[in-house]
Amino acid sequence: MKTQMNIRSLTNRDNNIVQLLVMTVLIFAVMTALSPDKFLRYYNFESITYIFPELGLLSIAMMIAMLTGGIDLSVVGVANLSGILAGVLFHKMAGAAGIADSSILTVLLGGVIALGTGLVAGTVNGLLITRLGITPILATLGTGQVFTGLAIVLTGGPAIVGFPTAWAFLGNGKILGLATPFVLFAVIAVLIAFVLSRTALGINLMLIGTNPKAALFAGLKRERMVLYSYMLTGVLASVAGIILSGRTNAAKSDYGNSYLLQAVLIAVLGGTNPAGGRGTVLGITIAVAALMLLSSGFQILRFSNHLIDFIWGAFLLLVIAINAYKNRTR
Amino acid sequence: MALLRRSETVIAGILLLAMVLIGTINPAFWQLDNLFSLMRSNVIIGIMAMGVLLVLISGGIDVSFPAFAVAAMYLTIKGMLALGYNGVALPLLAATLMGLAFGAVNGFFVYKFRMIPLIVTLGTSAMVRGFLLGVVGTSMININKMPTALIDFARTDVVSVTKADGTTYGLTAMVLIYLGLALAMHLMLRYTMIGRSAYALGGDPEAARRAGFDLRKTIFFIYCVAGALAGFAGLLHSGMIWLANPRDFVGLELDVIAAVVLGGASIFGGRGSVLGTMLGVFMLVMVKNSLIIMHVDTTWQLVVVGLIVIAATALSAWRDRRRAA
Repeated sequence: MKTQMNIRSLTNRDNNIVQLLVMTVLIFAVMTALSPDKFLRYYNFESITYIFPELGLLSIAMMIAMLTGGIDLSVVGVANLSGILAGVLFHKMAGAAGIADSSILTVLLGGVIALGTGLVAGTVNGLLITRLGITPILATLGTGQVFTGLAIVLTGGPAIVGFPTAWAFLGNGKILGLATPFVLFAVIAVLIAFVLSRTALGINLMLIGTNPKAALFAGLKRERMVLYSYMLTGVLASVAGIILSGRTNAAKSDYGNSYLLQAVLIAVLGGTNPAGGRGTVLGITIAVAALMLLSSGFQILRFSNHLIDFIWGAFLLLVIAINAYKNRTR
Repeated sequence: MALLRRSETVIAGILLLAMVLIGTINPAFWQLDNLFSLMRSNVIIGIMAMGVLLVLISGGIDVSFPAFAVAAMYLTIKGMLALGYNGVALPLLAATLMGLAFGAVNGFFVYKFRMIPLIVTLGTSAMVRGFLLGVVGTSMININKMPTALIDFARTDVVSVTKADGTTYGLTAMVLIYLGLALAMHLMLRYTMIGRSAYALGGDPEAARRAGFDLRKTIFFIYCVAGALAGFAGLLHSGMIWLANPRDFVGLELDVIAAVVLGGASIFGGRGSVLGTMLGVFMLVMVKNSLIIMHVDTTWQLVVVGLIVIAATALSAWRDRRRAA
């Protein structure tokens, strides 16, 4: 009963969610029709739950930056740098027993370093944007380059391979039969949804994004709120980095390059307004799921990665056109 | 006094200082062949920077031009090989028109759907690159297959000097093309209505509209020119390096945007000059090349370019806010 009510109020509030759900079902149906024997296998869906969280977290991070009309182009750089710094620590601390058997304490320290990297990176972005007044696009384009550059300096180019077992568990383990990264994603998504809709920070961000001038006159602490939002974005990106390095047991400066475009695409597709003021975690989650089904379907159909990139780009432009069309008729 | 307050003067001063500094650390910097090769490295980035300057002046941003450049270059050379055509002018025209067509798509989305240029150009960039690598091909076209006319054209020198050991080096004539395009862009921005409307659009779109500027024409023009310049530069580049690589120009957008911002163009739109941009391009190319001369590990290149972007944008933001206040 209660959930039914919630769904109804939800769909009333935002018919974007309904459209997304319809789209997801459509993609699902088409892919099933095209190759039922391969697409419908349990293994296919299980592997999606392992890959989905990285992209999902990066997309939520992108959405948060977009809430105030900004953007964060450094998320992939932050994710990789976090994974690499943790990896460097593990390799330095590895005793005679080897990296795989690093103590829990070491792994915790690695986690703190990775999350700390995200926090520092996000703070740098936030300060550049609020204190120095650089436009978010150029500030994060620059810092993204610096983070990726530092990752190259630290590794010299090749990947850092070998992470502790406990760390790998975060990326490819199972909790109660579900993929650990998926559980992590669910917990974080609920947390962020709560922060955005029920706390002062979230509401402030929405207001600032809707009308910066009105928010200023209403006495909102714009600078501080925007700074917090980029810190949050940075931390989320580093969680994605932890999961990515755990899943692949490696960290490299140019992992996940195509994630940047996909994160922007998913944020826009999920109903986020890149000019600020609108965006939901639920929308992002459904959009990620839809695109994951789409891309796994294409992979089963043996499309090359380049063609999938082409389709992502085309999809982004299509979504822009549809959104513009919808807004005009309304 | 007015001359001193211009940002071009400041950039030129910093540039000279940097040159003296690099020259002191490694005197090889001042050798004529190093200077010639520096100028040569300016050509492609410089031509692209002219397009990016125009986009930045109008208050937009373009990250798709490297994809357009590589697509125009690769498709043109593929076409030349398929047709057995060996020439210079027609292929350059074809590449330019291809870039222009891609740019028109950007213009269409930016104008028609009022979409943030960054997101539009991210999309078109992924589409063009994905199409090129996914459909057209991923294999490089090497020197043995490259059209000879293109290579011969691109290796023309303005001056050539013979060293004591008998080897010759020269200043490539492509520099003249770069200078010509820069001059054309300068005149266009300064003295034509369409050039002024780009500044007006970047200053305040609503004010520009009310003053009677045709924003549709302006936006299309801006993105078409940026695309056309990228297409032209792309083909020229392959002639200069004797190679057509469909994976070329990855990450170049950052270098070019950095150079333009370094050259004093405002990140908020409405300000920027060709002379400043040329100085900015020279500065960026020089710093990148000199990292090697100064024995800095090449792995630091990205960090340095990123820091330059941040420093240049921070300065630009500080300057423009002070002016506004």
